[in-house]
Amino acid sequence: MHRRTALQLLASLPAFAGLSTKALAAEWDGILSEARGQTVYWHAWGGDPKINDFITWIGEKAQERYGVTLEHVKLAATSDAVARVLAEQQAGQTEGGAVDLIWINGENFAAMKSQGLLYGSFTEYLPNWPLVDVAGKPATVTDFTLPTEGFESPWAMAQLVFEHDTARLPQPPQSLDALAEWAIANPGRFTYPQPPDYLGTTFLKQVLYGVMEDPSLLQSPVDEAAYDAQVAPLWAFLDRLHPALWRQAKAFPQNEPALGQLLADGEIDISFAFNPGRASAEIAAGNLPDTVRTFVLQGGTIGNASFVAIPFNAAHRAGALVIANLLLDPEVQARAQDPAVLGFQTVLDLQALAPEDRARFDALELGIATLSPADLGPVLLEPHASWMTRIAQDWTARYGVAQ
Amino acid sequence: MDDPHRTGLDRPLRGGAVRQAGRGSLLRLAPPLTLALMILPVLAGLAGTVIPAFRNAGAGVASLFAWPGLPRAAALSLGTGLASTLIALALTLLILAAFAGTPTFARIRRSLAPLLSVPHAAAALGLAFLIAPSGWIARLLSPEVTGWQSPPDLLILNDPWGLSLTLGLITKELPFLLLMALAALPQLDADRRLTTAASLGYGRIAGFTFTLLPDLYRQLRLPTYAVLAYGMTTVDMALILGPTLPPTLATQITLWMGEASLTMRDTAAAAALLQLALAISAITIWRITEILVQNLLVRAAFQAPRLPNLDRPAAAAARAASLVITGSLTLGLAGLALWSVAGLWQFPDAVPQSLTLRTWVSAAPALGQTTATTLAIAATATLAALILTLACLQAEATLNLTPTTRALTLLYLPLLIPQIAFLPGLQMLTLPLGIDGTPAAVAAIHLVFVLPYVFLSLSGPFRAWDSRIATAAATLGASETRIFWRLRLPMLAGPLLTSAAVGMAVSIGQYLPTLLIGGGRVETLTTEAVALSSGGNRRLIGAYAALQLLLPALAFGLAIAAPLLLWRNRRLMRGLA
Repeated sequence: MHRRTALQLLASLPAFAGLSTKALAAEWDGILSEARGQTVYWHAWGGDPKINDFITWIGEKAQERYGVTLEHVKLAATSDAVARVLAEQQAGQTEGGAVDLIWINGENFAAMKSQGLLYGSFTEYLPNWPLVDVAGKPATVTDFTLPTEGFESPWAMAQLVFEHDTARLPQPPQSLDALAEWAIANPGRFTYPQPPDYLGTTFLKQVLYGVMEDPSLLQSPVDEAAYDAQVAPLWAFLDRLHPALWRQAKAFPQNEPALGQLLADGEIDISFAFNPGRASAEIAAGNLPDTVRTFVLQGGTIGNASFVAIPFNAAHRAGALVIANLLLDPEVQARAQDPAVLGFQTVLDLQALAPEDRARFDALELGIATLSPADLGPVLLEPHASWMTRIAQDWTARYGVAQ
Repeated sequence: MDDPHRTGLDRPLRGGAVRQAGRGSLLRLAPPLTLALMILPVLAGLAGTVIPAFRNAGAGVASLFAWPGLPRAAALSLGTGLASTLIALALTLLILAAFAGTPTFARIRRSLAPLLSVPHAAAALGLAFLIAPSGWIARLLSPEVTGWQSPPDLLILNDPWGLSLTLGLITKELPFLLLMALAALPQLDADRRLTTAASLGYGRIAGFTFTLLPDLYRQLRLPTYAVLAYGMTTVDMALILGPTLPPTLATQITLWMGEASLTMRDTAAAAALLQLALAISAITIWRITEILVQNLLVRAAFQAPRLPNLDRPAAAAARAASLVITGSLTLGLAGLALWSVAGLWQFPDAVPQSLTLRTWVSAAPALGQTTATTLAIAATATLAALILTLACLQAEATLNLTPTTRALTLLYLPLLIPQIAFLPGLQMLTLPLGIDGTPAAVAAIHLVFVLPYVFLSLSGPFRAWDSRIATAAATLGASETRIFWRLRLPMLAGPLLTSAAVGMAVSIGQYLPTLLIGGGRVETLTTEAVALSSGGNRRLIGAYAALQLLLPALAFGLAIAAPLLLWRNRRLMRGLA
């Protein structure tokens, strides 16, 4: 149903009307000329000044290369933008929408896609799409087990890494069980963001990977009949861990930056982030001491990709396509991976790049606290989005309403 | 229109207002127009809330009552709202009773008034940094006094009882109530009442309580209700200082509204209606208490206790309270300001290892445009609110319209109904009109929240203005228009400017209306600061908070300085300072 809607919308874009796939690619010039002079409203989380600065830089590039003006609409939560598009859809506003581009993934993407709030399959029309490492980084086309079908375009890879200050904790635990033992032996020095926060729920999923009898079940939707038994080890793990957490688990940090701030303030000794380069970038920015290092757990940590998607009623589709393509540009990707800028991992296949573009990546310093790709270990795929929703709900029912 | 040719002498004097109907037809429209502007958006938005709450056979209501956190979240909402309002009001009255008319009072006023302009989120973040176990107080005392090398594992912020939240609310609401009281005091002839009481041997506290409090409270009542409703429904402050397991009801509504799966919206709508019922209950409880206290006071007045011994401890308590309030807020904000230029700043260092302007430099380009937008929206909304308020009040005075209690309650509707309850519904309505996403639309929705505050702060002084002056002027042949422009307005310059400053501060502090009606495209200092605060970056929050403070602080500075300059040779016009 929503796919047909999307196709109709695709046809409504003048540059695409009545053209075959091949011809569409050839029409990129037409899109470029249509985009020139447009202002693209990119709704993206605005909580991190480093990311905000990066988006500003993207805007300068877009202006310089394509005459496209980029406005970063800074959100406190991505769902604000989803709600906005939903409200427009309910109000019958099928064109001229406020949102041109959304930084999105996971459940927000699943919600928008299933409600027909997205514009359609567009990634294959992007000239830079062939550079994406679809085979080596399956997360670029599978978002929380949901095939993206081109409805969103990846622009950064993320992986869960743990952070510790060697000045206070020289030898961090190397496995989930060791982490739990360490936390229990050192009360008050570990915590995680309160679910349903994204990173907090990611931690729960990481624990699920460690304690579930058959973690491969995570790749399918939750099976209601077997669910309680499947997740029982998670609650047992948390019941044991909680009394030893920061504030005896009577309060939790609310998100990733708040967790990072606790590490910076010395309130906890181990923190974690969904960005292997975050610690180095924070050290470079003077927010963390240069004794902070990162580590991963044996067996791997959860990884995923960040995407951009175009709402069904975006007012400036051509401009949004140009930005989505620009985000896949090797120069832009290399800048995002620079730990002094963002420290995000690239979505591109370095082997597919021209030598001068590959050199941009080779020239990057990893950053003092960043693990090399080899040390990052295996990437665990995101569970199906229904797991995230379900365990976040149950967590809230169990721990979120303390009496 | 009544006969416009009657002279002032044969006009009946009713209710202290001078009856005259000069250009009544236009003025007559002002109150209904204003009420419509206030009520229609709220009603429209509420309709957008009631419908989802009850659709699908009340699935939203059912899922709300199935939420195990509900009793505690509701109790927290009620408890923090009532406690913070009670304490803030008590401290305001204590400060007034102990110091009104003394030099100390002028000092307290000067230190507290600027704090009114502090946006709630900035105040909360400043306070959070101050009192956290890794906060500034702990850093200043560590390791020398406390022996802490790393922060202690103490639950101070986000405590389950909402004590930090209550403290935060008090620090923000006390300056507001005090300023409201200050605007009313000159009209009450406070000096003479207090002098008379003192000459009869009453102590300051007793004299204030028996001679001034009843009339003063009458003018403070609606501001107090607004504070109560705000305290119960605040989201930004509760997010930073309040409990999280579970959070207050208003916070939980916001979280449900923001849920990505969009499945909790009906629950949120039902919760919003419950929140509304809670706010009404709280105000009812407050009203009953008022009547009880009033009876007690009357009974006590017949005993005529002079209580001079109360004055010294009361003064000490008032001094301590104002010191704690100003101190915590000022230190907290100073902490944020310091963070905005801080390099690495680790526990237990009392000051950063290094200072840098990096935060300011990188934020600078965004700031100019944002500041201009913020200011333009605030000025538009405030000016419109002032014009409407003055038109209403003037209509009331000259056409002898008595505002019914119902009309007043309706006017305060936008303050009593949680924003999160009706704004999304309202947003749905603005979309087809194609007016959302513009600064003008944002200014229009700000007007809904600015006007009640402007009305609150201006109506008391306006009505309390001695109408005998108008009578005297009228017998000398002055027209109603002339009386308004040449006497009433200039004499009310102080309250007028204060209302304008309040209006500016309210507009600048608006988050949800700006975000929802602005479609994210209209960026103000507050939307930027709240977006940043979700990331917890104290350096950038510090920079934005500093600017967020500056604009309203300038407005309040003007409100205080202008009457002093204007009336430098008319002591009684300057209030009690």
